[in-house]
Amino acid sequence: MKLLVPVKRVVDYNVKIRVNPDGSGVETSNVKMSMNPFDEIALEEAVRMKEKGVASEIVAVSIGTQQAKETLRTALALGADRAILVDATSDPKQDIEPLSVAKILAKIVAEEKPDLVIAGKQAIDNDMNATGQMLAGLLGWGQATFASAIEISGGSATVTREIDGGLQILKVALPAVITTDLRLNEPRYISLPSIMKAKKKPLEEKTLADLGVDLTPRLRIVHTDEPKQRSAGMRVGSVDELIDKLKNEAGVLS
Amino acid sequence: MTVLLLAEISQGHLVTDHVARALSAVSALGEVDVLIATDQGGADAAAQAAKLRGVRKVLLCEAPCLAHGLAEPVAALVKSVAEGYSHIVAAAATYGKNILPRVAALLDAMVISDVTAIKDGETFERPVYAGNAVQQVVSSDPLKIFTVRTASFQPAPEGGSAPVELVSAPADPNLSTWVEDRIVVTERPELTSAKRVVSGGRGLGSKENFDAIVRLADKIGAAVGASRAAVDLGYAPNDWQVGQTGKIVAPELYVAVGISGAIQHLAGMKDSKIIVAINKDEDAPILKVADYALVGDLFAIVPELSKKL
Repeated sequence: MKLLVPVKRVVDYNVKIRVNPDGSGVETSNVKMSMNPFDEIALEEAVRMKEKGVASEIVAVSIGTQQAKETLRTALALGADRAILVDATSDPKQDIEPLSVAKILAKIVAEEKPDLVIAGKQAIDNDMNATGQMLAGLLGWGQATFASAIEISGGSATVTREIDGGLQILKVALPAVITTDLRLNEPRYISLPSIMKAKKKPLEEKTLADLGVDLTPRLRIVHTDEPKQRSAGMRVGSVDELIDKLKNEAGVLS
Repeated sequence: MTVLLLAEISQGHLVTDHVARALSAVSALGEVDVLIATDQGGADAAAQAAKLRGVRKVLLCEAPCLAHGLAEPVAALVKSVAEGYSHIVAAAATYGKNILPRVAALLDAMVISDVTAIKDGETFERPVYAGNAVQQVVSSDPLKIFTVRTASFQPAPEGGSAPVELVSAPADPNLSTWVEDRIVVTERPELTSAKRVVSGGRGLGSKENFDAIVRLADKIGAAVGASRAAVDLGYAPNDWQVGQTGKIVAPELYVAVGISGAIQHLAGMKDSKIIVAINKDEDAPILKVADYALVGDLFAIVPELSKKL
């Protein structure tokens, strides 16, 4: 079974982001960048499938600037067998919309013919939570989003999904798209030997012209602002004072 | 402009609060039709939706393949009725977030997720970077497709009497099959629509200790929430998680117990009207957003609070 795992280069999870005061966006230069954490979980799941003998090959793909090669090298070090960079822009500030990403991935799927695409449920920069569902729609494949457990057997995947109110278990015929939630697994640390080995693994580059996808965005970002900040309130000294404030000042308890 | 609102169905029932909030979010855009997709018992859901003020008509589709809200048949249904609408919308809950991006791809439109404000028919606000920035976007798609954050809008009131129209079902795409739902049935209010929420974090220390949070919540008729840390540590089930990747809540009263206040958690509750923080750490970030902060031992404070309320 062949797996395709899309990975995105995003501002690192631990970075406190800075919104440019002129409304032009979030500062991304001289900021630590990493693989989107949900994509790391997707890749870890793929590697575990290969280790169990369920999968035979893992292809990682990233769409963005040349810098996304770093993210792909990380993917190779984590256990992907080869990588594809779709060089889609030279502007590191350009966030390619999920619809365009899904269209590019659909082209890659047509070439690579994977049995399963495992993607992160959302990227922690634009928080769209859309690419996996869109890709499944474009391909006419089944989808299982927000996965917290995946079992492959007999040409289908049994997926436990995290939904409002609890869990839902679905069986989806392969090929399919699965998107990963937080608790699917805990990604491993990358060892030094695997980083060295990753340097020798193939990393292929494609251009948009190769794929013939129109990237014209449908959404224009007018401005990006800081959210309204809450100001700190007061310290109370006791439970009695807290109850008094909630009843008589805030009026939220009676 | 005419809006199609995909109604959320859970366990065969209309999730009325989410539908009512999505309805009030979009009612300024024009007339709103509500689409209900289910396998059976749709008449009850349709009758309930028809009562919401601002609904022009309810479109009801009942078919075996629409059971359990599977994305592929429901998305195919939405596509089949999409013509003539200017906007397609759903609440930004797991139901809508699963289905609407697929609908958007089928209709060659870009989905706009988690809308918190609608400026006009093409201009929307949405949070990015875990709520640390807010983007205003203008969509050039002829058909706008988006999900709305329920916590940002008040529910539309009842008092309407819209007609119900039956629509025919799409062919079953037969791509996935439902196996099982493991839904916890509870008497407690639902987290995203509760007026009061009590949440516990890492500071609780164990699943057993987390019961103190549940007792306090039950005492004041609140829903129970949890930080990601508490869920990851197994103190609380995953669907209690409040934060960027969990539930977004905006109750009148939010009580955060033993939660330090990571930005991902704050993203999920910072729009609450009153925030109370109970924490032993003087420097916990949650204290900076709390209206009332009580610094001390939660194992003494929480039982005392439960007793005195």
